[in-house]
Amino acid sequence: MVTIEIDGKKIETESGKMIIEVADAHNIPIPRFCYHKKLSIAANCRMCLVEVEKSRKPLPACATPVADGMKVFTQSQQAIISQKAVMEFLLINHPLDCPICDQGGECELQDVSMGYGPDISRYTEEKRVVDDENLGSLISTDMTRCIQCTRCVRFGEEVAGFRELGATDRGENMQIGTYVKSGMRSEISGNIIDLCPVGALTSKPYRFTARAWELTQANSIAPHDCLGSHIYLHTRRQEVMRVVPKENEALNETWLSDRDRYSYAGLNHDRVDVPLINNNGIWQETDWSTALNTIVEKLRLVIEKSGAEQIAALASPSSTVEEFYLLQKLMRGLGSHNIDHRLKQCDFSDQTHASIYPHIDFPYADLENKEAILLIGSNIHSEQPLAAVRLRKAVLRGASAWVINPVDYDMHFPVKKSDITTALVEHTAKIAKALLEDKPADIPAGAEALLTTIHVDSGAKEIAHALKKANKAVVILGAIAEQHPQAATLRALAHTIGHLSGARIVIFTEGANSAGAWLAGAIPHREAAGKSVAKFGLTARESLEAKLKAYILFGIEPELDCANPHLALEALKNADFVVVMSAYKNKEMTKYADIILPITPFTETSGTFVNLSGIWQSFQGCVPPFSEARPGWKVLRVLGNFFDLPDFEYASSEQVSDELKALTETINLAKGYSWYFPKSLKESSHSLQRIAEWPIYRIDSLVRRSEPLQRSATLEPLGVRMNGKTAENLQLKANDMALVQQNDNEVNLPVIIDARIPDNVVGVAAGYAETAHLGDTFSEIIVKKA
Amino acid sequence: MIDEQKNTVVLSKEILQEIDTWVEKYPPDQKQSAVLFALTLVQEKHGGWLTEALMDAVADYLGMPRVAVYEVATFYSMYDLKPVGRHKIHVCNNISCMLRNSDEVIQHLENKLDIKVGQTTADGKFTLKTAECLAACANAPMMQIDKTYYEDLTKEKIDKILEQFD
Ligand code: SF4
Ligand code: FES
Ligand code: FES
Repeated sequence: MVTIEIDGKKIETESGKMIIEVADAHNIPIPRFCYHKKLSIAANCRMCLVEVEKSRKPLPACATPVADGMKVFTQSQQAIISQKAVMEFLLINHPLDCPICDQGGECELQDVSMGYGPDISRYTEEKRVVDDENLGSLISTDMTRCIQCTRCVRFGEEVAGFRELGATDRGENMQIGTYVKSGMRSEISGNIIDLCPVGALTSKPYRFTARAWELTQANSIAPHDCLGSHIYLHTRRQEVMRVVPKENEALNETWLSDRDRYSYAGLNHDRVDVPLINNNGIWQETDWSTALNTIVEKLRLVIEKSGAEQIAALASPSSTVEEFYLLQKLMRGLGSHNIDHRLKQCDFSDQTHASIYPHIDFPYADLENKEAILLIGSNIHSEQPLAAVRLRKAVLRGASAWVINPVDYDMHFPVKKSDITTALVEHTAKIAKALLEDKPADIPAGAEALLTTIHVDSGAKEIAHALKKANKAVVILGAIAEQHPQAATLRALAHTIGHLSGARIVIFTEGANSAGAWLAGAIPHREAAGKSVAKFGLTARESLEAKLKAYILFGIEPELDCANPHLALEALKNADFVVVMSAYKNKEMTKYADIILPITPFTETSGTFVNLSGIWQSFQGCVPPFSEARPGWKVLRVLGNFFDLPDFEYASSEQVSDELKALTETINLAKGYSWYFPKSLKESSHSLQRIAEWPIYRIDSLVRRSEPLQRSATLEPLGVRMNGKTAENLQLKANDMALVQQNDNEVNLPVIIDARIPDNVVGVAAGYAETAHLGDTFSEIIVKKA
Repeated sequence: MIDEQKNTVVLSKEILQEIDTWVEKYPPDQKQSAVLFALTLVQEKHGGWLTEALMDAVADYLGMPRVAVYEVATFYSMYDLKPVGRHKIHVCNNISCMLRNSDEVIQHLENKLDIKVGQTTADGKFTLKTAECLAACANAPMMQIDKTYYEDLTKEKIDKILEQFD
C-alpha cells in the first residue's frame, strides 16, 4: 500500500496501480483517449497529462505508476496547459464538424474538447484525409476522424484474440484499417464502436437514424445465449433504435456479442400483426376471442376423441420463465405432460438423472481463473461469444486448454492439443479411463464396467493429469455435445471426469433460458420446481416421432429450430390441429398451422431469464406490443381462463414468476446430477457423416431476421463443407453444385472446401430454409454431384 | 482463412529454410521476430516487391496475424508494395543530406531518368525513392542503389554511377 495525494486529497492505494486508475476509483476526472481499463496501456494520445510534484515534465496518468508520497495535480496550471496543448494537436487533423458526425453528442473527443479545446482553431494548413474502410455490415467507418488511439486494434489483439485491424503506414500517413478489403469476422467486433472515442467507428445499422439525446434508455437482458448479458435498449418514439452493453463485471464486463447487439434489427420484420385463422386453406384475420375460442373448441375435441396425451407443446428455449411456467401449467391443466424446449437435442436418456436445472456451481466470472480447460463439442465463439472471451483470458493467464471437436474451429486462443474427430464419445472416454487407471478411491458404480473396452493413450493421460493437478479445472460441454446423438453418454463421461479429477462441469445450454425452462417445468418428466410426474410426457423428439393429433408451438419455427426438421414438418402437416404462438411468421408456417397468434419479442413484454449461474434476471418491455400482438404470458393466461382452468388469475408477469419462485424455494435447488451410465459406449458411425451446427446468426427467429447479421462476414456462407480429400473421394470440386440427400429428401448446395473438417464428414448447417427438409443433424448423409 | 478465394503463394523450400535460420535465433514463442528478415528475403526472391499473397504467406508461416505483417511492410521504406524496376535508388533527403543539397541530387535524377520520385523508368531499370537518414551523414549527400552506398554525390558522379547498371 502507498499513500498518494491527488489534488490535495490523500488516498491510500495498492502500489503498482497507475495514477489514472486511482483517480477513476475516486471520481477525479482526468481526460483520456487511448486508455481503457480493459485494454493494455498504449500511452499514445497524451491527453491524460498531469503534473506530478518533483517531476520536471508533465506525466501521462495512464502510464505512471503511483509511488509513496506522490503528489498529483490534475488541475494545476501546468496540467491544464499540457492538456490544452495535446487537445490542440489532436484537433489539427480531426474534422471540426460534429453536427454532421454520427457520434456527435456522445463523443469523447467532443466532450473533452468542450473542456480543453480552444474556441478557434489556429491551424490554417491542409488537413489530412483518410479513405474509409468497408468493414462489413455492422460497422461504419469515417477514418478521417480517427485519432489513432489504437483502442480498436488492441481490442482485436488482446480481447477478441482475432486481430483484423492494424495501423499501417507511419507518421502522418498512418491509418487504421484491415489493409485488405475484408469485413470484420470477429463475433464481438461491435465492441470497437463503443471503444472508439471519436466517430471513426460507428454502428452501420444505427448510423444517422437518431441522435443520442433523443433516445430513452431501458435496462434489459440479452436474449440469445445463456449468459444473459446486461444491455440497454435505446428507444425513440416507441422503436428500438439500438442495443448497447450495460457494464456488468460478473457477466459481460463492458462487452457485448454482435449477436446481442444487432439482433434488434430483426425485431419488426415478418411480424404477425393480428390473430390469423386458417379457414379451409384460406388465411383470414380474426379477433383474439374468436381465435382463443377456436383453440379451446378444437383442443377439447382432440382431448375428447383421442385424449390429452395427443397434444404436445414445443417452446423456444429463449422463452421467458413466465411463458414456460404458464405454458406447462396450461398443458398439465389439460392433462398432458408433453412439453419440451430441448428442440435441438436428440438424446434424452439421462433426463431423470439431471440436476434440478442446468447451472454452474461457481461464479461465472471465475471461468477466467481456471487453470485447465477441456472443451468438448463446442464452437464456443459462435455459441457463447463472451464466454469464449473469458476462456481466452484464462489461457492468457497461463491455463492449458484442450479441445475435442468434430471440426477444427478457430479458438482465438492457444490450445494445447485439439482432437478433431467425430468420435467425441471415444475420445472423452479415454480421459475418463485414464483417471480410473490412477485407482481413485471413489469410483462411481458403473463407470468401470462402461470403460472396460477403452484404451488409454498418452494424450488422454496428459489431459487427465492436468485436470487433476490443476487447482481450478473445468470441463465444458458445448452445443455440439448437447445436440450429439450420444449426448447423455457425453454428459456421463464429463461428470465422471469431473468427479475423478475435481474439475467443475459447465454445460452451455441452448437459448437464453434453458435453466428457466427446467425450473418452470417446460420438460416432460418434471413439473415446475422439479416435482416429478408419475407418467412422463413425451420429449420434443418423441412427440414429433409419435405424430400426435395437436401441437402448440411457442416462439419457434420448427423446420429451422428442431434437430430433425423433416420429422418436425411431417408431424405438423399430419396433425389435425396446430396452434402457433409466434412474433414472426414464415411461409412454411402457413402450410401446417391452423391458428397463428401474434406474441411479442422480449422488447415488448416483461419477463425473466435464468442464466447459467442460476441468476433470475427480470426485465420490462420498453416499447408497446406491435399492432395486436400480446405478451406470451398474457396470451397463455387468457387461454387458461378460456379453458376454465383453476388458478389462472394473474395480473402481472411478476405474479407468475413469484409463484414459481415460491415453489422453488421449497426445494433443494442445488440437487445435482445423479449417476447415469449408458449400456455401452457405442457411437453412431456412418460412411459419410453429416455434422450440422446452427450457425451463429441462425439460432432463433429473431437473429435470423436481423439483416445486418445475415450479411455479416462472421456468418459463413451456406454450402456443403468438406475437406479436399473427402471432395476428391466424392468427385467434387469447390463451387460444384452437390446433391445432398437425407432420408429421401434432397437439396442442391454448393461445395465449399473446408480444411477444418475431418475425412468422410460433411458440414451442412441447420437453421436455413434451404436445409429445412433434411433429416437429423448428426447422421448419415449422401452427397453427390448434382 | 477458409472461404477466401484469394491468390495464395507457396514459399519455396529454400526460402523457408533460410527463414528458419533466423527463426532459430529467437525463442520458440517469438517466431515473429524473424519477420523483417523474412520479408526482405521474400521480396528479394520475388522481383523486388511484396504482393499481398507473399505477405500472407510470411504471416502464416510465422504464425502472425496477417495485418501485423502488413503493418511492418507498410512501415519500413525498404519494402515495396508495388512493382519496381530492376534497381532501387534511395536518395537520402534527411537533414544532413538536405543541407548538402540532396534536393539537387533528386532533381538531377528525376531529369536524367525522366521520372518522378516513386516512379519506375519505362525500361524497368530504375525505381527512384527517397529515404530518411541512411547513417552516412559524414559524406552527404548520398544515395543507396540496391545494396551499395554512393556518397559525396555530384551530378557527374551520379551520371557515372548510373552507367554501371543494366
Ligand atoms: S478507429 Fe477509433 S478506436 Fe480505432 S484507433 Fe481510430 S480513434 Fe482509436
Ligand atoms: S490516455 Fe494516457 S496517453 Fe492516452
Ligand atoms: S541525413 Fe542523409 S545519411 Fe544521414
